[in-house]
Amino acid sequence: MSILVNKDSRVIVQGFTGKEGSFHASQMIEYGTQLVGGVTPNKGGSLHMERPVFNTVSDAVKTTRANVSVIFVPPAFAADAIMEAADAGVEVIICITEGIPIKDMIYVKSYIDDRNVTLIGPNCPGVITPGECKVGIMPGFIHNPGKIGIVSRSGTLTYEAVDQVTKQGMGQSTCVGIGGDPIIGSTHLDIVKLFNEDPNTEGIVMIGEIGGSNEEIAAEWLHDNATKPVVGFIAGRTAPPGRRMGHAGAIISGGKGTASAKMDVMEACGIHVVDTPAAIGLTMAKALGAKV
Amino acid sequence: MKLHEYQAKEIIKGYGVPIQNGVVAEKVEDAVAAAKTLYDDPEGKFFVVKAQIHAGGRGKGTVTETGAKGVIVAKGIAGVKEAAEGILGGTLVTIQNEATGGSKVNKIFIGEDMYYPGESERKEYYLSITLDRETGRDVIIASSEGGMNIEEVAEHSPEKIVKEWIDPSVGFQAFQARKIAYGLGLSGTAFKNGVKFITNLYKAYQGTDADMLEINPMFKTADDKIIAVDCKLSIDGNALYRHKDFEGLRDKAEEDALEVEASEFDLNYIKLDGNVGCMVNGAGLAMATMDMIKLSGGDPANFLDVGGGANAVTVEKGFRIILKDPNVKAILVNIFGGIVRCDRVANGVVEAYKNIGEIPVPIIVRLQGTNAELGAKIIDESGLKVTSATTLAQAAARVKEALS
Repeated sequence: MSILVNKDSRVIVQGFTGKEGSFHASQMIEYGTQLVGGVTPNKGGSLHMERPVFNTVSDAVKTTRANVSVIFVPPAFAADAIMEAADAGVEVIICITEGIPIKDMIYVKSYIDDRNVTLIGPNCPGVITPGECKVGIMPGFIHNPGKIGIVSRSGTLTYEAVDQVTKQGMGQSTCVGIGGDPIIGSTHLDIVKLFNEDPNTEGIVMIGEIGGSNEEIAAEWLHDNATKPVVGFIAGRTAPPGRRMGHAGAIISGGKGTASAKMDVMEACGIHVVDTPAAIGLTMAKALGAKV
Repeated sequence: MKLHEYQAKEIIKGYGVPIQNGVVAEKVEDAVAAAKTLYDDPEGKFFVVKAQIHAGGRGKGTVTETGAKGVIVAKGIAGVKEAAEGILGGTLVTIQNEATGGSKVNKIFIGEDMYYPGESERKEYYLSITLDRETGRDVIIASSEGGMNIEEVAEHSPEKIVKEWIDPSVGFQAFQARKIAYGLGLSGTAFKNGVKFITNLYKAYQGTDADMLEINPMFKTADDKIIAVDCKLSIDGNALYRHKDFEGLRDKAEEDALEVEASEFDLNYIKLDGNVGCMVNGAGLAMATMDMIKLSGGDPANFLDVGGGANAVTVEKGFRIILKDPNVKAILVNIFGGIVRCDRVANGVVEAYKNIGEIPVPIIVRLQGTNAELGAKIIDESGLKVTSATTLAQAAARVKEALS
């Protein structure tokens, strides 16, 4: 078991024939993902990487029965691409694109809220269920099938956690990069709920950063509902207020969204909070050991 | 992208939002000449002279060189001259920029006096529009406590704050403008003007792809006009491609010189005041690396995300920017190689080092991920003053050693 994607997921790539789309599509195919085709307007009917290219997501879904889409289109067209996928009935939409204007994402969020669809991202590394399905830009080889669910707002910091968990011999059920933007499709709360229900996930690693209040909201829910140990880390304790730290959503504004405040809430909610990411793997191993 | 008050006012005026009229000047004599155009008979009239810097808290801030305040009510042309002399060219330190040593004032705004007496009560209000991250919608926040810091009002008298969220499927509605205006206690002509003000202000927010638009104070004059006395406007950087007309509005003098230089290299660099420089791939890992430097007994000198393309060219640019900061005593390069291979990064570090020549501070290169061992080997055998590390814990220990 796993969450969001697995060996039966039928994946299409939006922006299939572009440079980024092509490169990562080939990596996904190599990993064993069931990549059934792609979409690039005006290139429909052709083949790319031995897979069919469609003009619209709707055509792609009808022909390939795809239920997952990964988006690599440039920021100016990405909001449109997400809504097209939602309209076509794709169940899980994963948007890698960084740099989508806030106003566009406000419309996207409202559009998908009215439909039965899960959006991951934008501005994220994607989702991987090790050994089954990789949908995104993460390096496949650092992952191992296992029992830890990982959710994070960043890319390389997630890989760091994955690597440690792998080296502790635990492996991952699914890893979800939810993205570094102020408006994202799925929050920490949405993902920890899925991990909590997933019988194959025995522990959860929740990685956050400064800005917003998503980590606190998830922590409070976990306090009342968690059935498995949770290890948490927040990046940005040394970040100055009022500055955007790389990610559009990583900003302390009006004194709100500091790392210390988030860590305090998480700690109070029973999460094993570590003060350096170097301790994520070991802390999880101990937390699971103590439980057995 | 942050704008100056005078730029922001000009923009919202274009959307039909009434503003306090005024002129901008860079020299004292221009300020005097400009002031004369504001009234037919300027003698004995009041003016407000305001420093144009991005940081807030100007009214309570002080110009280091002269002791003048950042906002001065001046009487007559002589008063404008004196105020301009006190502010222009000086360093204005406010509560918002004191950490970075204040901002040089290159421009002032000379505005007409809006606080003239009359029949109706004069009153200041607060009005802002921004994104509410929790709901993913825009929210309008208004308060009858104008001129105050909204965070303080929210803490001490939350009942004085009115909020309206905008449903993106239908947009801002007339009833919402009325609710806000009634909520502020406006009535009669002032109410009508208030509704119009709020409606047009939201159009300005939408039309400019703003991520924050704040009017503090929004002012009711003695003849029931509603006007923007101050205006803070910040544009979503990701949407600038839709607003070519805003290109000239960026004021690089407001930004740190090293940050401007880094941005020309396409590096995502933020200057901090610590002693350990760092270069990292990925924003989350970069922040975590800064935190780790702190835990190792140092202080981060910067944030620098080199992104996915950590090659020799990027690494060299990164080193050059970091080394321009005289406080830097050591540099930590922290790369998690996923798609980018560690041996290539290591070769890039060695090549960059050789291109720069002598680097006077110790460098610690932590490589993890694809071909990490090969990368470490390249670093160790380079013969340069560079130490390798594989785990985060090792990197932290090396930083500690370098500082002791």
